[in-house]
Amino acid sequence: MKIAVPSPGNTLESDVDSRFGRAAGFVVYNTEDETFVVTDNNQNLNAAQGAGIQAAQNVALTGADVVIAPSFGPKAFRVLKAAGLKTFLCSGGTVKQTIEDYIAGKLSESDAANVEGHW
Amino acid sequence: MRIAVASGKGGTGKTTVAVALSLAASEPVLYADCDVEEPNGSIFLRPENERTEEVLVEIPEIDEAVCTSCAACARFCQFNALVSLGTPPLVFPELCHSCGGCRIVCPSGAISWKNVSIGEIAIGKSDRGRISVVQGKLNVGSSLAPPVIRQVKTHIPEDSLCVLDCPPGTACPVIESLNGADYVLLVTEPTPFGLHDLKLAVDTVRELSLPFSVVINRCDEGNDGVENYCAGERIHIIARIPHKRSMAEAYSRGGNLFDAIPEMRDLFRDIPRMIERGIAVE
Repeated sequence: MKIAVPSPGNTLESDVDSRFGRAAGFVVYNTEDETFVVTDNNQNLNAAQGAGIQAAQNVALTGADVVIAPSFGPKAFRVLKAAGLKTFLCSGGTVKQTIEDYIAGKLSESDAANVEGHW
Repeated sequence: MRIAVASGKGGTGKTTVAVALSLAASEPVLYADCDVEEPNGSIFLRPENERTEEVLVEIPEIDEAVCTSCAACARFCQFNALVSLGTPPLVFPELCHSCGGCRIVCPSGAISWKNVSIGEIAIGKSDRGRISVVQGKLNVGSSLAPPVIRQVKTHIPEDSLCVLDCPPGTACPVIESLNGADYVLLVTEPTPFGLHDLKLAVDTVRELSLPFSVVINRCDEGNDGVENYCAGERIHIIARIPHKRSMAEAYSRGGNLFDAIPEMRDLFRDIPRMIERGIAVE
């Protein structure tokens, strides 16, 4: 299983980014071989509109099964669901801690966008 | 002649100036409210016998039975209005700019058009019929101001005096409003913020090669940064409106500039002729 987490950094010790669409990138962790890759999301940092949509596509293209973030906007959420990804909410901390919390079953699944666009 | 009233900074007095120009004109005039996100000219002009028309734009509709999920449309769309993840595309109408490209690149003919309403135009008369008032209003939640502005401008007759009350800023809605204008009045205030945004507005109208001059509102407040900048750039200051409590009082009741400062009427009546004679051209 692959787990994607938005982050401004590129290690498992990096912080979780509070934003999904305009995160600098995504750390995608593979639970099977315990490796990770980092996907760049830079082209969305300054997008006027549609950042969440593009970010959600980027995440879907990594082959992630689960995405964990503190918030999801309405358009990103729609794309993630169309791509069949599971969405879970976290409250910050490091990427590593977030993934461990998810595996331990401490995080709750998000069944709707929890912030407005451009929040 | 089409005179556009623009500013850069919001809240400098565009509507005050545009309404004053319309009221003072000695001939029939059309006041076009192009600030379609927050139109407010009609508060001061109080048009009567208004009729309205809808503003429709075309967005793609996908026939999922025909779509082969090839994603050509999603790759083409620069606004992320179409997203395909190995599926028939999701459509995000609020991001669509109605360019029609998706329909052209679709190899299977799965895309057709559907009309959606994004706003409304109100057309009425003010000042016993002398002033035609055309107001565009973008629906709450819609973000595409330019199509509404374009439709406002379809109501402007050729060869008549028209005052366009533009939106603030220097982005697409302003460019759309300025397109086709003969002259621009840039309204500013003598503050650092007013000066900063005036410079952006000057860059914009120069890029568009439009002749312009500056109106300084609340001219006796703030500092002399705007005056010095205009002198250095050889920009003509066509009017200075003093800061008066009576103006704020009149404004708060829906009154106009001349309710507070009647002696400014002659200047505003003459501005179209001054522009025509080229006195106020940069």
